[in-house]
Amino acid sequence: MSIQTPKEIGSIQFGLMDPETYRDMSATKVITADTYDDDGYPIDMGLMDPRLGVIDPGLQCRTCGQHSGSCNGHFGHIELAAPVIHVGFTKLIRRLLRSTCRECGRLALTQEEADDYRDKLGRTKELGDDWSDVMKSAVRQARKAHRCPHCSSPQHDIKHEKPTTYYEVQNVLAGDFSERIAEAMQPDPDDEDDEGISPVDLAEKADLPAERVNQVLAGEFRPVGDDRKALEKALGIDLTEEDMNKLMPSDIRDWFEDIPDEDLVTLGIDPDRSRPEWMILTVLPVPPVTARPSITLDNGQRSEDDLTHKLVDIIRINQRFMENREAGAPQLIIEDLWELLQYHVTTFIDNEISGTPPARHRSGRPLKTLSQRLKGKEGRFRGSLSGKRVNFSARTVISPDPTLSLNEVGVPDRVATEMTQTMNVTDRNIDEARQYVRNGPESHPGANYVRRPDGRRLKVTEKNCEELAEKVEVGWEVNRHLVDGDIVIFNRQPSLHRMSIMAHEVVVMPYKTFRLNTVVCPPYNADFDGDEMNMHALQNEEARAEARVLMRVQEQILSPRFGENIIGAIQDHISGTYLLTHDNPHFVETQALDLLRATRVDTLPEPAGEDDDGTPYWTGHQIFSELLPDDLNMEFTSKVGDTVVIEDGQLLEGTIDEDAVGAFGGEIVDVLAKDYSKTRSRIFINEIASLAMRAIMHFGLSIGIDDESIPDEATAQVDEAIDAAYDKIQELIEIYEAGELESLPGRSVDETLEMKIMQRLGKARDSAGEIAEDHFDEDNPAVVMSKSGARASMLNLTQMAGCVGQQAVRGERINRGYEERTLSHYQKGDLSAEAHGFVENSYCAGLTPREFFFHAMGGREGLVDTAVRTSKSGYLQRRLINALSELEAQYDGSVRDTSGTIVQFEFGEDGTSPVKVSSGDDKPIDVDAIADRVVDAEFSSDEEKERFLGERAPKTNLSEHGVSARAEVESDD
Amino acid sequence: MTEHEPESDYEHVDADAVDVVEAADVPRRLKEEIYQTIDDREGVTSQQAAEIVKAVETRYRETRVDALDPVGTVSAQSIGEPGTQMTMNTFHFAGVAEIDVTQGLPRLIELVDARKTPDTPMMTVHLDDEYAKDRDLAHQVVWDIESTKILALGDISTNVADMVVQINLNDDTLQERWPTYDDVGVIASEIADTIEDALGVKTRRQGTIIEFGPESPSYRRLLQLVEELRDIVFKGIEEVSRVVIRKEQNDDTDEEEFVLYTEGSAFGDVLSIEGVDASRTTSNNIHEVHKQLGIEAAREAIIDETMNTLKEQGLDDVNIRHLMLVADIMTNNGEIESIGRHGISGSKESVLARAAFEVTVNHLLDAAIHGEEDDLDGVIENVIVGKPIAIGTGDVDLRMGSLDVDDADAGAAPEPSDD
Repeated sequence: MSIQTPKEIGSIQFGLMDPETYRDMSATKVITADTYDDDGYPIDMGLMDPRLGVIDPGLQCRTCGQHSGSCNGHFGHIELAAPVIHVGFTKLIRRLLRSTCRECGRLALTQEEADDYRDKLGRTKELGDDWSDVMKSAVRQARKAHRCPHCSSPQHDIKHEKPTTYYEVQNVLAGDFSERIAEAMQPDPDDEDDEGISPVDLAEKADLPAERVNQVLAGEFRPVGDDRKALEKALGIDLTEEDMNKLMPSDIRDWFEDIPDEDLVTLGIDPDRSRPEWMILTVLPVPPVTARPSITLDNGQRSEDDLTHKLVDIIRINQRFMENREAGAPQLIIEDLWELLQYHVTTFIDNEISGTPPARHRSGRPLKTLSQRLKGKEGRFRGSLSGKRVNFSARTVISPDPTLSLNEVGVPDRVATEMTQTMNVTDRNIDEARQYVRNGPESHPGANYVRRPDGRRLKVTEKNCEELAEKVEVGWEVNRHLVDGDIVIFNRQPSLHRMSIMAHEVVVMPYKTFRLNTVVCPPYNADFDGDEMNMHALQNEEARAEARVLMRVQEQILSPRFGENIIGAIQDHISGTYLLTHDNPHFVETQALDLLRATRVDTLPEPAGEDDDGTPYWTGHQIFSELLPDDLNMEFTSKVGDTVVIEDGQLLEGTIDEDAVGAFGGEIVDVLAKDYSKTRSRIFINEIASLAMRAIMHFGLSIGIDDESIPDEATAQVDEAIDAAYDKIQELIEIYEAGELESLPGRSVDETLEMKIMQRLGKARDSAGEIAEDHFDEDNPAVVMSKSGARASMLNLTQMAGCVGQQAVRGERINRGYEERTLSHYQKGDLSAEAHGFVENSYCAGLTPREFFFHAMGGREGLVDTAVRTSKSGYLQRRLINALSELEAQYDGSVRDTSGTIVQFEFGEDGTSPVKVSSGDDKPIDVDAIADRVVDAEFSSDEEKERFLGERAPKTNLSEHGVSARAEVESDD
Repeated sequence: MTEHEPESDYEHVDADAVDVVEAADVPRRLKEEIYQTIDDREGVTSQQAAEIVKAVETRYRETRVDALDPVGTVSAQSIGEPGTQMTMNTFHFAGVAEIDVTQGLPRLIELVDARKTPDTPMMTVHLDDEYAKDRDLAHQVVWDIESTKILALGDISTNVADMVVQINLNDDTLQERWPTYDDVGVIASEIADTIEDALGVKTRRQGTIIEFGPESPSYRRLLQLVEELRDIVFKGIEEVSRVVIRKEQNDDTDEEEFVLYTEGSAFGDVLSIEGVDASRTTSNNIHEVHKQLGIEAAREAIIDETMNTLKEQGLDDVNIRHLMLVADIMTNNGEIESIGRHGISGSKESVLARAAFEVTVNHLLDAAIHGEEDDLDGVIENVIVGKPIAIGTGDVDLRMGSLDVDDADAGAAPEPSDD
């Protein structure tokens, strides 16, 4: 077999590249700005030279001889007419210019200082801190030196004009020095005693020969150096002016060449990998053609990549520069061209430099050059390297299917025939493999490709499938369709926690949607209003095994966030169990069997009693208990408030509602998942969902508008309550207007009034709610849903039947709109409830136009809030994950990052896993209960005891495909 | 460390039991619990003791984190996911109705960012015994903390004609805020001194009336003086603008006590005030806590503050272990580091990991200059280069051995054992 071992990358070094090395490895020099000739062939030494790699199918790469697709491309180079500065390093260039000597190139630090900084640098590297701080302070120190400590030549300040121009600022003798001196020698007109200074005096004072002074005054002698200083001192004037001397890139390059290696080390620069003069480009790399492919448009025209456009510009200017220089053009023109070349190289590297107009495409769109390709969410790093597009994936709309197990996913047949699993043909599966191939690519359990041991991949077609099937031998690979029981990965975005990506077993189904059991909606946060989900087929045994053992839905029943189950009954399931158990209704045999028909239970227990006419009946509690393990004992309070007692797997009393079986911490599911097994709890959840659906169908549960309306007398009561609140508020307003309202501590009077009004109106709505609640029947379906925790809250019902209540924006009553009033319907300064967004109607009664408007204001705030929140919390999540992603629990219980730094000596201070312990639980191990169990020795079998003591590990359950739930539990129990 | 002697500590625990318990691979606290349980039952047979120990050991092993578990990512998700459910409403009333505190997602972001000062700094000041019980003593502490400005002490009137500012101090307020002084005159003179120092003017005092004006008549200067006067802090801590006093149940002693809540925070100053119980007083500014009490306290403060933020939003079911991990990584190097570009993510060793997070290009250029080398240890780097990551199942080097074909034929392959 010709399996090529992939090369493993050990480490990656970063550094600058020596232009010489660069020229050596370049495939060709590029001198022509043109790309293709008239026949459509790439021009030699042009930007699309076939030595740089090929993109057109059929052509051969002139460097490696390979064809497009297998040739990765090769770099070329452009010899720049004059050196230019690399924009990415402008800051560093400035620092180096400022800190090194212009004459000898050495760092302007004394030996002790340099040693000191070198030590500091080593220390920061050891600590893993930011070394750029050390470099900055070293530069600051070196810049202070006016004279080089090594060659004692004077140093000048460097001015940096962004982005790429540098000036040396020198103090030189002013051109008008003789005038300045003469002026200083004149007597002060305001001071009569001042007679001025005669040249003789000056000569004496400055300790110069009188002759020389006269020469200076005549402008015949330029006083430089000590002479100038003496004159300045004598007269108390400044004879210099600033002179800006532009440093051309070539000057800088020469300067940097002189910097010795050991001085670079002091600044934290690695001289072996990056010499500073390499920051000034003399030769420009030309990226391979494969990195800037051109596209052929429909009309046959070629459209070039942005980088190619930019390179064309660079070559053109480069040519012009060379021609002009050879022709001996004036310095001014050369400098202009130089600057232009600099601009093009700058924008080739980064087209978003502030202060530089971005290079634009003909259409006006800024070009996307090298930096822009790497940056940001869609850039190379985040968009193509950290996250990639993948094969073997499918995406479609999801829809519910309660007949599936929670571990399963319904896959549309057209997805199943497109996505494949690799099957290694062996002695044991060769017949099976041949059958897949024989079925061809169209009929369902077929195959799409086969791979011979020599690595050739053959497509299975309707025509060749029979023939190919006979050829399949041991050692071949068959890419067969997905079949029932295969494991796939299923995901819904946003993937906020690990339960957003879980492994499911495939069930191939007709039609076009993915089907999933409704109980897995909470972990995915999915609903069926058009949500789409992604599926990924796994391609090797290792991945499939890991997915089955670690990622299957049943392994994810417990959430690591709060340590309780996140999968459980939802919505109608809860209404169903509530109806089944709340009043403990009676069922005759056929009804009881019907309820349990979708579970593994096929025999009923002893009937609970007999009717008057002698027919035996079974109770709801009894039927529910059939789903529980026989040895389950628990007691807890239900959401409706009664006590649920389960003894030996029999529900004795209490209502089964959200707190018992619901997602997000339903007690029974939680206990089953923790104390029994994942398999047992998966079976329980599946069955409770089926039973609940049967139950809700038996009883029937529907709601209509009449279920939320209350009788007239109740409406009258609500109105009364609201009127009472209005009166009270009027009273408050009167007190306030009289200036007698006492403010709460730390609040202004206005705030106090607002708070009190809000409070009173809140109370009014609550009492409206209470009135409404009193008038609802116990068996009102809306009440059943809200009490059992299935859906909706009592507040929702209050708003539908009683009163919608105060609308708020930014936590206050509505106070915006016109001057001093919310709407033009009200008087200015009206403080009443009505004028500030109190909705006294119920949704059922209908809102008035003004109420509706206020309600929309409150509603809008909610929408804006959600929109802002998703982006903020998304960024928070990204940062958290990035900061913590490296942490891992070790075999010794400590938490370390991937480089070995210890973050915690014991995870969470006690080494307890958040998955296995509920967050509210501070004593995960109940020693007392264990002792009770051991002392009382209540074990039905040795096996049970062994399992209790941990001598017998439960079997690993790997698939529910082809195993009846019954057989599974028996093998498990 | 003192040697444990369970036999003497517990009446019904015999040497055999001690032997099995001590041999068990469980932490001390569980061992003690086992002794206690045996003791409560007035002794058990050694058979039973062994079984109890075995069962406890099993349970203990079951509840431990799995080795190689990617706990970091799980914790990050467990905090980030509830973030999507939090409100953005910045201001709302916290436990104390009178003080506005930043809450919800903005507060969580603030904590994770490790901002130098929170948006709404706040302190919870607990008091020492007698101060906590006596309302007057508690008030004394309040006046020591709350910054007292002139408006709280009396009325200011500006006489433009005479170019004087007149302060009419309120006797009762003075007496209340300076309870240790008997004479209001003394207090007033002190106030006058403070004004002189702060404004550089001469004051005239008559009883509790203080007058002063600009040195030379200037209308502008006069008004300026009044403005400046308003900002002078006469007593208390400048940063604390308001203190709210509340009676609360002390969870430890089950007694009622006074607790102070402050708007504004100056943790170091408050700790040194007499009557303040420094052991229970906290600030919501984690940097102040760090400065005063050290990094371990800062870690604790981060955990507490995040937990409280989640609790206010009804999301306190988040396991505290996740918060601990976040706090631990933030305080890992002895300083508070923020989570993000300027903190942990920005100081990662790997160039690729930094480049993949934010400011991609700069990290690459700097790496070139420093001649950095990426050893590809971390997660993100390996995703980028396409190697298995060294976390979870990717961190296991063991792999199943393949049998030699000859061996298998000869039946020499070891039978897989049944258990």
